[in-house]
Amino acid sequence: MHVEPIPGKAVLMSAEGDRMSKVLPPGTPAPDFTLPVTPDQKLSLRELRGHPVMLAFYPADWSPVCGDQMALYNEILPEFQKFGAEVVGVSVDGVWCHRAFADARHLHFPLLADFEPKGDVARAYGAYRSAEGVSERALFVIDKNGIITWSYCSPIAVNPGADGILEALESLPK
Amino acid sequence: MAKLRTPVTSRDHIQGPEDAPLTLVEYGDYECPSCGSAYPIVKRVQEKFGKRLRFVFRNFPLSEIHPHAESAAETAEFAAAEGRFWEMHDLLFENQEQLSEALYSELADELGLSPTALRQALEVSKYKDRVRTDFSSGVRSGVNGTPTFFINGTRHDGPFDYETLVLALREKNGKATP
Repeated sequence: MHVEPIPGKAVLMSAEGDRMSKVLPPGTPAPDFTLPVTPDQKLSLRELRGHPVMLAFYPADWSPVCGDQMALYNEILPEFQKFGAEVVGVSVDGVWCHRAFADARHLHFPLLADFEPKGDVARAYGAYRSAEGVSERALFVIDKNGIITWSYCSPIAVNPGADGILEALESLPK
Repeated sequence: MAKLRTPVTSRDHIQGPEDAPLTLVEYGDYECPSCGSAYPIVKRVQEKFGKRLRFVFRNFPLSEIHPHAESAAETAEFAAAEGRFWEMHDLLFENQEQLSEALYSELADELGLSPTALRQALEVSKYKDRVRTDFSSGVRSGVNGTPTFFINGTRHDGPFDYETLVLALREKNGKATP
């Protein structure tokens, strides 16, 4: 990624660079997982084979801003669906927390609870912040065969938006 | 770093001279409280920079969490078609907590626009595509919540209080003037 040198932002940029090297890179088979999606249902990544998947790790439900990461993806969902993509959010919050959050934000895609053992899936993707005990804002586009084709880790305070995801979905072979 | 993918053109809602060295683009939602707090800040920033600044507002309604955001955006576009965009934009933000069909009619009346024509435009979603075009351009440019600002085409990732915005603009102004 090309970054213009801006005085005062150098530390942020190098921190971002460090994190980018940690999350699983393109070309890696996406580690499979099975996580609770509702209080009585589970979802496995392999069930989504045949579709591109946008896997979005985020630190926590209930961040106190309008248009937080999940609410934003919810608004953009039709654009993801044009590519036949499945959108899945993952955080360490529990199923009941996810349910309340999804209801409040009218989310139309599943949130998975990486709750027990805590953060195991985030760790497998190189997207766990041990010091804080939450996931990074890390995004993965996985092709229909289960291979990661794009990954990105945003500085924790910056919601990454959806431009990179849509470009990655666009560049998947039809 | 996210870049504005859709350049500012005459189809945009623009305040300030075309050749201003600074362009501030806001993607905003009339029902978003954060955009409501940004509204007077942007006004102050505009006063401060005067003719050196061009300000552009684009629609980014978060309809799933703000039930009136879309209708408010379409109301502003209705006013735009009559050449009254900025008056309506200001009134919507100033009455952000009362957004409703009744308020839109009242505001249209206040601006000398036909409340009946407005009601019909909203009923048939006449300006929905116009709003959607803004929204899609924002998505493609990396809009990551509301408000999202772009300064001379680059997303402003810091806070949007007056001091921070002024500093960020000054930095770009230094680069823009030879």
